[in-house]
Amino acid sequence: MARNATPRKAPRQRLEKPRRSAGAQSAQTSLRDRFTAWRLHHRDSFYDALGRMRRARASSAMTIVVIAIALALPSGLSVLLDNAKVITRGWDGNAHLSVFLKLDTDDSTQRKLAEQWQARPDIQRTQVITRQQALAEFQALSGFGDVLQALPDNPLPPLIVVFPDSTDPVSLKALQNRLEESPAVDLVQLDVEWVRRLHAMIELGERMITALTLALALAVVLVVVNTIRLAIESRREEIVVVKIVGGTDGFVRRPFLYTGFCFGFAGGLLAVILVQIALWWLGGPINELLRLYSSDQTLATLGISSLLTLPLFSGILGLLGAWLAVGRHLGEIEPNF
Amino acid sequence: MIQFDRVSKRYPNGKDALSKVSFTLPAGELTFLTGHSGAGKSTLLKLIMMIERPTHGQVLVEGQSLNAFGNRHIPLLRRKIGMVHQNHQLLFDRSVFDNVALPLVIAGYARADIGKRVRAALDKVGLLDKERLNPIMLSGGEQQRVGIARAVVNKPPLLLADEPTGNLDPQLSAEIMDLFQDFARVGVAVLIASHDLSLIARYRHRLLTLREGRLIHDAEEAAHGA
Ligand SMILES: Nc1ncnc2c1ncn2[C@@H]1O[C@H](COP(=O)(O)OP(=O)(O)OP(=O)(O)O)[C@@H](O)[C@H]1O
Ligand SMILES: [Mg+2]
Repeated sequence: MARNATPRKAPRQRLEKPRRSAGAQSAQTSLRDRFTAWRLHHRDSFYDALGRMRRARASSAMTIVVIAIALALPSGLSVLLDNAKVITRGWDGNAHLSVFLKLDTDDSTQRKLAEQWQARPDIQRTQVITRQQALAEFQALSGFGDVLQALPDNPLPPLIVVFPDSTDPVSLKALQNRLEESPAVDLVQLDVEWVRRLHAMIELGERMITALTLALALAVVLVVVNTIRLAIESRREEIVVVKIVGGTDGFVRRPFLYTGFCFGFAGGLLAVILVQIALWWLGGPINELLRLYSSDQTLATLGISSLLTLPLFSGILGLLGAWLAVGRHLGEIEPNF
Repeated sequence: MIQFDRVSKRYPNGKDALSKVSFTLPAGELTFLTGHSGAGKSTLLKLIMMIERPTHGQVLVEGQSLNAFGNRHIPLLRRKIGMVHQNHQLLFDRSVFDNVALPLVIAGYARADIGKRVRAALDKVGLLDKERLNPIMLSGGEQQRVGIARAVVNKPPLLLADEPTGNLDPQLSAEIMDLFQDFARVGVAVLIASHDLSLIARYRHRLLTLREGRLIHDAEEAAHGA
């Protein structure tokens, strides 16, 4: 059974403005009045949202704290990861390749080669270690001095230590291959594994934080959906009355959207505060680590921009949650008698 | 003002609440709508408010068929209709003034204008001194009058009432009826659904009677005929 009869053409614009009938004048409102009223209703909806949050203090506080924790976790972790990156940047600086030349390479060839390489853009500097230097160093370090002196020939090859410009594993590997092409080179030793592992761990950390952020952002949206659903339920009567006296869907929706945004924004603000407190608490040990590993760095913090972007981002999540809740539940509330 | 053109309404559960109902309500006239419980009175009002849509036929308001209106036109239609109802009436989280002002706020009237119109409506129902009170502090009859003030505050050309005197004593019912007659006198089309026959008999107005969803009686000045 069709619920609607076939729509027929009818001049619609007449409904936009109530016609005057004798005696009972339908009041007209100018466009400017309506715009002013629309603006005022936005303002009222905002204050109304704040007022209701204040009146339901305990439950509002709970919602805000849940949102704040959900957001503080990923943003706090990402600050910690930033600090880890700063610390490991110092480690990267020591990455180098040991280029062993063929035993018969003489000192002057070795020096010339080192100078040539130093001129390359992908190499920062080179260090020459002649066979004699290598032997002396080895004797001093190993304590095998006497044994080595007993050997008829110096067994150690000439060595050029190459400090690369870039320390990411891929370009290190490429540099290694290029150096090996040189005819004087016997072997290029690159202990790239630990660099690679470090980069992989940072990458993993970043991805885990991204996943955590997504999951917890979803949690924030769902928390707001639930809060707004309850708010809609508790204002059922009011929604019915507003619809009966001709309130548009936008009019009905507006206070709830503001409520969602306010919850999100407040949760985001609290998250910023929580992260700052945590950093303040961890600041001592982190700064100590930073001092140990790279003297010129200090504690990385949330940064001025996140102080605003985190609450805004969270506010938008709240708005989204409210939008979903309103779309789902407001339509169910229709006047009836 | 309102025209029903062979309107039938069948609810999704198969119940035929209205069958081929036709009548016209002119402006400036008060009409009673009566019938036994379940006869279809509320359904008829719901069709005018576009709370429900007809299964067959069409309802015309000011010459326009409501069948042509989509859902987004509903708020504009309802702003032309004052609705008085026993249930879901007043909001107890705000003052009498704010209750009455609601339709004006929604329609986007200027602030200063709202104050003037709300006081005029409250004056009309004799509650000007109660504007700052919470409606919960008012008696049943006073609450009903606040509901009427809210229904007429934006001067709608059409006033609908579903059992407006349902739980009021005869004295209060008479006061409410006097108000409705005043509105009809200034050009509003008033339609009152009620099964309070003793009340209806006391006034000389047109009477529409429904039985099992059919219009069985459409009489001017029914009080005379009875
Ligand atoms: N939403 C609905 N779904 C299904 N059936 C309904 C619905 N609303 C009303 N009805 C049925 O339609 C018939 C007419 O109902 P309606 O409410 O219009 O009667 P009424 O004349 O207003 O009665 P009362 O005097 O008791 O208020 C009744 O049999 C009722 O059970
Ligand atoms: Mg009824």
